[in-house]
Amino acid sequence: MCSMSNSLTATTVRISGHDGDEIEAYLARPQGDERRGGVVVIHHMPGYDRATKEIVRRFAELGYDAICPNLHFREAPGAAPDDAAAVSRANGGVPDPRLLGDVAAAVAHLRALDSSNGKVGVIGYCSGGRQAVLVACNQDVDAAVDCYGAFVTGTPPEGFPLKVTNLVDQLPGLRAPLLGLFGAEDTHPSPGQVAELEQILSAHRKDFEFHSYEGAGHAFFSVDRPAYNVPAANDGWERITAFYAKHLGG
Amino acid sequence: MCTYTTIKGSVDGSAKGPGSSWFHVSDVTVYFDHPVHAMADHTLNIDFADPSKGPSARVALELTAESARQLVAAIQEALAAVPAELAA
Repeated sequence: MCSMSNSLTATTVRISGHDGDEIEAYLARPQGDERRGGVVVIHHMPGYDRATKEIVRRFAELGYDAICPNLHFREAPGAAPDDAAAVSRANGGVPDPRLLGDVAAAVAHLRALDSSNGKVGVIGYCSGGRQAVLVACNQDVDAAVDCYGAFVTGTPPEGFPLKVTNLVDQLPGLRAPLLGLFGAEDTHPSPGQVAELEQILSAHRKDFEFHSYEGAGHAFFSVDRPAYNVPAANDGWERITAFYAKHLGG
Repeated sequence: MCTYTTIKGSVDGSAKGPGSSWFHVSDVTVYFDHPVHAMADHTLNIDFADPSKGPSARVALELTAESARQLVAAIQEALAAVPAELAA
């Protein structure tokens, strides 16, 4: 699927997130009124930043209605993304129940659009990769993409100040096809942790597809960071495009 | 990688930050993770903040691991060079 004209609009909207809290979200939509799928983008730990909004617009260019909720909005409404991320980190990170509530609101927002074909996928980067898997274990989405999320498997170190746990006990409940994109040089998640995830999903006969890129470390999609890896990112985007065309099209 | 590792502490001092204004800092957060601005995969990051003044009341440092070690050594050297009663 691809937008016919490549024209799109992008805007900031307000959605009613977890516990009814109003939060902001970035929404990008292709021009035209054809029916289409939707994509919820879960931003990385550094926040709701320019590079993430570029990703949202890219999904609109690919022909999807795409939205990214600002997961740090409550801590720091109107603040610069890096300042908001710093506050969130100092407060222990984004709690899982709140994440689920905010993403559910974003999914509902997409499904309520006139252009929606009812199908919505989720994609997350870094900490958002883990959160995308969390969503796919708890909510009805049609496809999920985990880009190098740490602690889906593996154990956070003792005395860890951020309130993050692995998702091993939730993986049997995974209810959407999962695409996983990883860097072979990454240590969070390490290749061993990715292999453990693969083994668990196989044992539970889940629908998944993993790719690990040699020479790529963590955050290889980040165009504004030294970790950006062109071969991995280009192939990753192709995999995402094909995966969403299969599961969100029609 | 995202280390997530974060160490928080309390401090008492001042920092010159947004808008070239001095402000009192009460909190420090230290973590080794991806920088926002520095051209390195990972840096030792330090946020000095006054949460009571809002999210932008923050002075952020992103130092390479080697720079952070040099900073620690410099701080210790400076503190060691003054009489104990002054640095109590």
